[in-house]
Amino acid sequence: MNCIIIDDEGMARAIIAQMAEKHPELNVMGEFSNAMEAMKFLNTNGEDTDLIFLDIHMPGFTGFDFIQTIKHPPAVILVTSDKNFAIEAFEYECIVDYLVKPITEERFGKAVTKAKVAKSSAPAKSAASEEHHNDTANEFYVNIDRRLIKIDIPSINLVEAKGDYIQIKTESKNYTVHSTLKKIEEKLPDTMFLKVHRTYIINTKKIIDIEDNSVLIGKDVIPVSRANRPELMKRLNML
Amino acid sequence: MEQPNMSYINSLAGDDMVFRQRLIDTIKAEFPDEITHYEHTLQSKDFTAAAAAVHKLKHKISVLGMEDSYRLAEQYENNLKAGTVSLSEKFENTLGVMQDFVNSL
Repeated sequence: MNCIIIDDEGMARAIIAQMAEKHPELNVMGEFSNAMEAMKFLNTNGEDTDLIFLDIHMPGFTGFDFIQTIKHPPAVILVTSDKNFAIEAFEYECIVDYLVKPITEERFGKAVTKAKVAKSSAPAKSAASEEHHNDTANEFYVNIDRRLIKIDIPSINLVEAKGDYIQIKTESKNYTVHSTLKKIEEKLPDTMFLKVHRTYIINTKKIIDIEDNSVLIGKDVIPVSRANRPELMKRLNML
Repeated sequence: MEQPNMSYINSLAGDDMVFRQRLIDTIKAEFPDEITHYEHTLQSKDFTAAAAAVHKLKHKISVLGMEDSYRLAEQYENNLKAGTVSLSEKFENTLGVMQDFVNSL
């Protein structure tokens, strides 16, 4: 199982890495001292990551906050000095165990076994479950200037591709993010958003007016490509 | 006063001297900063942040085998969350003993 370690305390990361080394079935792909660095890693390696050893108390961002930012979290073993979060941990399906520091090797071994069992009994991700997640997620996080900013999905008017960046325009603010239109499309519910042009995704609920080859959203006139027009018309609740 | 020891670290490391040294080096690097941060939060009377600082220090207290001091730290953390610095002196004595031990490693 490929795993990563997230803990702001270097000593904790060293201990977990040492214990993991004694389990041949574990491959530690990386150690991270903060949620931001871990998220960057998971953005490109998320599908290969089977298990996260995660501290709860981190500066500015708890372990639970971190789990909520991940679309399809792998198995998580919480590692903490605080016994009081066990009940909250039960709310998260992905959390397979809860280790209280200082960890013993025996207890670590039991946690790894639980993770292995969870992995072997996890259902394969289906298009249907992906679609369900797409329809129900209300927010996501973006990394701007080393800060994680929460973006409320229904408030997004449109997303525009600009070279290596995308601009997310909401009702109140614009966000420029180093990402691609394809990546953000995966986070947006397809019942609400539609790619109408190679450089634009729009929130169909925010359309004010439609002309032949463009739509008006807020103050923005967005081109609609010929290929995407039929799908747009299908989406609209036309009389 | 309870004294720090290397039992947990030695048990983890076994014959792995590289890991043992890594752990010692990490403790030596992190511990002074964590103490400074704790002191700073207390001076600022930010008891919530001070409780969080004590929470972080608890792990090192436990790794150095100080069980009684760990329980003291838990109580002190709760006191800080309640807005009082009761037990600060005992806790800081613990930190002093630990710092001397870490310096000797």
